[in-house]
Amino acid sequence: MKDFKQARWNEPVIFELGRQGRRGFIVPKVEGLIKECVGDIGTLLPEKMVRKSSPELPELSEVEVVRHFTRLSQMNYCVDLGLYPLGSCTMKYNPKIDDLLAHQPSLTQLHPYQDEKTIQGILEILYVLGKWLAEITGTFEVSLQPAAGAHGELLGALIMRAFHKLNGGLSERTQLIVPDSAHGTNPASATMAGFDVVIVPSDKNGCININALREVVSGKTAGLMLTNPNTLGIFEENIEEIAEVIHEAGGLLYYDGANLNAILGKARPGDMGFDIVHINIHKTFGTPHGGGGPGAGPVGVSQQLESFLPIPRVVFDGIDYHLDYDKPHTIGKVKSFYGNIGVLLRAYAYILSLGSEGLKTAAEISVLNANYLLKKIAEIGAYDLPYDTERVRKHECVFSVKGLKQETGVTALNVSKRLLDYGIHAPTAYFPLIVEEALMIEPTESFKKEELDRFVEAMRRVAEEAKATPETVLKAPMNTAVTRLDEVKASHPKTMILSWKMHQKRKKASR
Amino acid sequence: MVRYSFKRLKDRFERIHISLVQNLAKAISHPYIPNSEFKTKQSMLKELRIENIDELYLDVPNQYRLKRRLDLPRTKSESEVKHHIESILKKNTTNQDMPVFLGAGCWPHYVPAVVENIIQRTELLTAYTPYQPEISQGVLQLLFEYQSLICELTGMDVANSSLYDWASALGEAARMANRLTGRQEILIPQIIHPERYATLTTYMEPVEIRAEKVKYEKDTGLFDLQSLEDKVSDKTAAVYVENPSYLGFIESQGEEIANVAHDHGALFIVGVDPISLGILKPPGDYGADIVIGEGQPLGNHMNFGGPLLGIFACSGEIAMIRQLPGRVIGMTTTQDGDNRGYCMVLQTREQHIRRHKATSNICSNESLCAAASAVYMALLGPSGLRDLGETITLRSHYAMKRLSEIEGITTPIFQSSHFKEFTVNFEERGVQEVHNKLLEHNVHGGKDISTEFPEFGRTGLYCVTETHSKKDIDNLAEALEEILKEGGV
Ligand SMILES: Cc1ncc(COP(=O)(O)O)c(C=O)c1O
Repeated sequence: MKDFKQARWNEPVIFELGRQGRRGFIVPKVEGLIKECVGDIGTLLPEKMVRKSSPELPELSEVEVVRHFTRLSQMNYCVDLGLYPLGSCTMKYNPKIDDLLAHQPSLTQLHPYQDEKTIQGILEILYVLGKWLAEITGTFEVSLQPAAGAHGELLGALIMRAFHKLNGGLSERTQLIVPDSAHGTNPASATMAGFDVVIVPSDKNGCININALREVVSGKTAGLMLTNPNTLGIFEENIEEIAEVIHEAGGLLYYDGANLNAILGKARPGDMGFDIVHINIHKTFGTPHGGGGPGAGPVGVSQQLESFLPIPRVVFDGIDYHLDYDKPHTIGKVKSFYGNIGVLLRAYAYILSLGSEGLKTAAEISVLNANYLLKKIAEIGAYDLPYDTERVRKHECVFSVKGLKQETGVTALNVSKRLLDYGIHAPTAYFPLIVEEALMIEPTESFKKEELDRFVEAMRRVAEEAKATPETVLKAPMNTAVTRLDEVKASHPKTMILSWKMHQKRKKASR
Repeated sequence: MVRYSFKRLKDRFERIHISLVQNLAKAISHPYIPNSEFKTKQSMLKELRIENIDELYLDVPNQYRLKRRLDLPRTKSESEVKHHIESILKKNTTNQDMPVFLGAGCWPHYVPAVVENIIQRTELLTAYTPYQPEISQGVLQLLFEYQSLICELTGMDVANSSLYDWASALGEAARMANRLTGRQEILIPQIIHPERYATLTTYMEPVEIRAEKVKYEKDTGLFDLQSLEDKVSDKTAAVYVENPSYLGFIESQGEEIANVAHDHGALFIVGVDPISLGILKPPGDYGADIVIGEGQPLGNHMNFGGPLLGIFACSGEIAMIRQLPGRVIGMTTTQDGDNRGYCMVLQTREQHIRRHKATSNICSNESLCAAASAVYMALLGPSGLRDLGETITLRSHYAMKRLSEIEGITTPIFQSSHFKEFTVNFEERGVQEVHNKLLEHNVHGGKDISTEFPEFGRTGLYCVTETHSKKDIDNLAEALEEILKEGGV
């Protein structure tokens, strides 16, 4: 394995840089005539609202600003550097052409309240993108408004509310069912939308326990939130029966689209009976994650739920595109304006680049890659594969470090950290919660076989090290910008530092 | 007649079949998908002891397998994609083609080249949430600096690393106040952005928090303190004001409002346009417990209204911090104590750990927009932000002055101090009519607010920033003069 060493700059906090009087940017001067006309600034603002002392921001030259942030950037791993097998996050390649197009002034300089005559181009893109996403998910109509997957979940749960309210059943339908393998956002979104969360356990195959589901379903059921393939990467084969159980009870079926990448062009949530579907644009459609966001979380719904979607909706009269606010049953708005347009435009470009065949290929190769990794990692013999070992997975697979831990004391966290030393980002650790010491691995379609092999080799080495020289694994990482961080201290009320100001206060107090 | 043996026929077909398959496979090898290349794919299939990929989908019940091609365009080359999208975007007219005087929650400000350059660095752009802090120090330190800079600007102790936008931040603030006080009512100004109001009610309705609107003073638009006294009670979870307000005037009674709120055990929430804080008093100085706002002006393009940047800051009491929504980055040290480092903190508030009891469901946020804001604030520094605040104030006052000299226009409708935005009342003439005629002059006027606030008559909301030159403003004034002189239709 080639050596890896991340850059380390020991870079001060920006507040420690600069010097009084330095300037990073010159603000355009106000024309003399304007000053003559309106007079002194002091007369224009209410005395008691004028800022008395300048904000204590650092004073830096442009050059220092660029160096500081460039140095910071060098201490950050990213998809363009290599394998990033974070399960559930679909860290695929982010095409450069999509970024380039998203930076056109014909998009960046558009104001959302411009006259419809002047925004026909962007409305066309949004309208068509909505249609494409509806086709991909098998839904009737799509809203592009939510800013992320979880925001889509909130919208979806609110649509359930609105649906039951209109049908007079909201006061009884207080429960939203969520599998124990679900992502944390599912129960959190359900609570935000005012529902009580009911957990349904998984069966021995890692799928929803259908008998347990029947038991918890009742007249109180508002709906069920499900990921399919689920967070173990297993396709919920009983989806027909699950849909039947929920629909017969008068509930709605919600699709968490985090794993849509596995089935693009192969199967559609709408066809499986899902009534509401969110899409994580930043996962499935290759838009950059930006170190945590922005993403976009469009929501598609079946025909019966169309009238609840947020306003405005982009509509087409055959000649022109319009923003339609006249939707009496709408749930209203989940944010200002129309959605994360800069992200959505990239998704439009992505779909156009791949086309129907390319999207299907993406799904297929993501599944091929995941099953290839599954086989190769299982062959190492050090990591356990929970649930049906014979069964194919879809786009991701989940291993457990439990056995290795018992044998050597090395945990999923330690394995993750040691992988960093090999210049590979760790898988998602400790999720889903139903797998002890979980490592959730999603290679996506973007990585070549040689890189997958390198990952397998790294996993093998870590297992060997765990047995031979466990200290190497336990004290990892050593090759990253910093070694293991004290996360306990970071979150302890007595020691936590959440801003530079807090740091200064603590320093003063300790003097 | 040539007679083929069955064996030869079969061989021949197989050869044709294989070359067909190969050609097909070649055709679909895509630049983004390395292993779609035929030989690699075959070797991996062989490794899995299967013949084709569909065998990996046998667990999908047959009736749900899509038997047709998705009804989408066919694969396109990069140059085709570029040409296609550029030709559609060309149909837009932007503020580079005509001066646009729109604001109302999304504002035209200059984005320095340094900001653009830094946030396009692939190490920041194509990274995920920093779940592995040791290999993600860049993003973590940057976001810690963002939080710290926001604290300095707003006068607060703690900030999170972003929410989706101002509107959803308001929703989250109301819910946080509800959790902290156990009360179900929040007092808001009657003059509030309708989209923020709509989002707020979306966030509050499921947990039965009610919004009560406090009246405004007729002449000034400011909070009517009497109305506030009438409405505030021990049921009030929070009092919310915006500064500058939706209609651009500066709410100067911050301290008085804070006192009323605090006297009744309620929180005081202030919503800000942060670009004003180089010259205006920070909410932390007049009693704010929570400060929210729209960070887009700090280094982010308008992008047709998204992505935006929800600012969320609060005072430093531990009870407040425990109820914060969203991700927070903290400064710590390495375990050996030798070096500084950064990581996500207080994750027990968040959905992935606390699940249905989390303080919010937010997961992906607007990190890169926060990063842009951090670079922007670092670049401008205190003097840049002050200069910018002054420029915006002077330019927008110049616009008000010029327009108010025109017969048939009253601006602003309130006798208050304004920043960046102001109301323009057209007396006799419909806002839409004036707007359409302005477009003929290649000028885009402000937002028509005559249906959202009928009580203000035929009024538009105009916005002037550092991006509007004196010439742009003069052109607007001249065009309006001409239009209003022409008489109505
Ligand atoms: C299964 C699953 N559901 C939902 C989400 C939430 O999506 P977002 O981060 O876009 O809000 C995630 C993201 O990590 C996920 O993996």
